[in-house]
Amino acid sequence: MGNAVAIIGTGQTKHGRRSDVCYPDLVREAVTAALEDAGITLKDIDGIVLGTMPSMMEGVSSTHFYFAEAMGSVGKPVLKVETCGSTGQSIGHCGFFWVASGMADIVLVVGSEKMSEGDGQATMTTVFDPFFQRTFAAGAPGVFTMQSMEWMYRFKIPEEKGREAAARISVSNHDNAMDNPHAHIRTRVTMEDVKNARIITYPVRLLDVCPASDGACAVIFATGEKARKICRKPAWIKGLGFRGEEFFYGESDKAIWMSATEAAAEAYRQAGIRNPLKELDVAEIYNPFTYQEMIFYECFGFCPRGEAPDYVLKGTFLKDGELPCCPSGGTLCSNPIGATGLIRLAEAALQVTGKAGARQVEGAKLALSHAMGGVDQFNGVTIVGSEL
Amino acid sequence: MAKEYRTMRNDVTLPYQWALGKTWSRFFDGLKDGRIQGTKCAGCGRVYVPARSFCPVCFTDTTQWVDVKPEGKILTWTLVREKYLGQVQEPPYVVALIQLDGSDCGFSHFIGGFDLSDAGQLKRKLKTGAKVKAVWSPVRNADIRDITCFVPVE
Ligand SMILES: [Zn+2]
Repeated sequence: MGNAVAIIGTGQTKHGRRSDVCYPDLVREAVTAALEDAGITLKDIDGIVLGTMPSMMEGVSSTHFYFAEAMGSVGKPVLKVETCGSTGQSIGHCGFFWVASGMADIVLVVGSEKMSEGDGQATMTTVFDPFFQRTFAAGAPGVFTMQSMEWMYRFKIPEEKGREAAARISVSNHDNAMDNPHAHIRTRVTMEDVKNARIITYPVRLLDVCPASDGACAVIFATGEKARKICRKPAWIKGLGFRGEEFFYGESDKAIWMSATEAAAEAYRQAGIRNPLKELDVAEIYNPFTYQEMIFYECFGFCPRGEAPDYVLKGTFLKDGELPCCPSGGTLCSNPIGATGLIRLAEAALQVTGKAGARQVEGAKLALSHAMGGVDQFNGVTIVGSEL
Repeated sequence: MAKEYRTMRNDVTLPYQWALGKTWSRFFDGLKDGRIQGTKCAGCGRVYVPARSFCPVCFTDTTQWVDVKPEGKILTWTLVREKYLGQVQEPPYVVALIQLDGSDCGFSHFIGGFDLSDAGQLKRKLKTGAKVKAVWSPVRNADIRDITCFVPVE
């Protein structure tokens, strides 16, 4: 895994409709918060990694130029990494690689998006090829919903049971977001609200779907030596995994989902985790859709294939359950896409260092973070722990 | 956020001319003639539709062309109710992944030919494994809409 690497600081904006700030100022808000959290200044940073969604999202190309100063990159090396929804995990991995290789001591990683400025679903549709798939894309919900339907068919999950479990996930994420001052959507919803919300792509309804958010996140990675010197409680990188799969949606098995399964398996191997349900204390899963969150539970080995709805209905993943998932309210309640996967990692780091405030899972020592991107195509996982 | 700050409206419109290359040109020439063609991998034997120039699993060139039937079974589907910029159909409409007979993957297209407002009928007709067949467009432009949609086979 290279040299030991730890997260020594994280910063997030208030996510939501942030028409009160221009894009560079939004980025700087997260960077400033991360530097303050780590107790260091820009002078201590050796390199910067950033990532966003495609340029169509905000209509400004190559945004690393637009907010070069805001992310503190004047006079420093810069890397941009972009993998759609999984960007946040990709840039986290890149920050890790840079420090673990011994080529830098401290690296600042920044993810951001300002979705209120453009058309999120139209931008997502341009991710599909123009000849075959774009005509049928219907934004992100079309594909994610077809995947969920395929999963329910495969494992013979009755429609009502899937509906009930997905509604529970919506309610619990909304409840959790009430504890998170950064969250975009901070409103409680009831089971009835979810089940009666308007249909987006059948059977997915409005409250099964994430919002389009503005927001940024910054995470600072340091060598073990620096981390011990600077930081009272670092979050250690225990393992990471990333996998891609085919672009054409019909060519791979999305009910089993190799890329999600193998990304987690790789991270578990590195972290020495054999029974994730028992060993992990908390998970921050990229869950823009309630139904899809259940597929991730299965891919990550939290429960047997086809049984995620049963585990959801018995409360396994609630804040006080066996493995709390998304105590932050998750992607379902805040989704500034280029930042989202990094927010998952920042939240995991906050959990294992006891800094998660009202959303803290008591005594959390080992946490999983995750993001997914493209046409159900890329998955990245990072495991952090309170001990190296 | 009591004060409302300024925003500025501007649209970015850019023209593109995308190259289809040898394999996809031949695929769309076939559609124009009412044929759906795939390519078969000599290594793993999978038949890909749309045709591919190489097998994504074996990473070898796929040179053998095969005709597949303009009918197959539904793998999964959804009813799109929401409007998005750039949609070519007015919602509600059904998109599906269809495994064409003689192929080993899913093919994305519309499903139509019946009343979508009746939820009961929708679920009866669109079960996974249900048979569907292509309806060809009377006007062909060598693009994916040379097939209008797929309709259930009773
Ligand atoms: Zn092959």
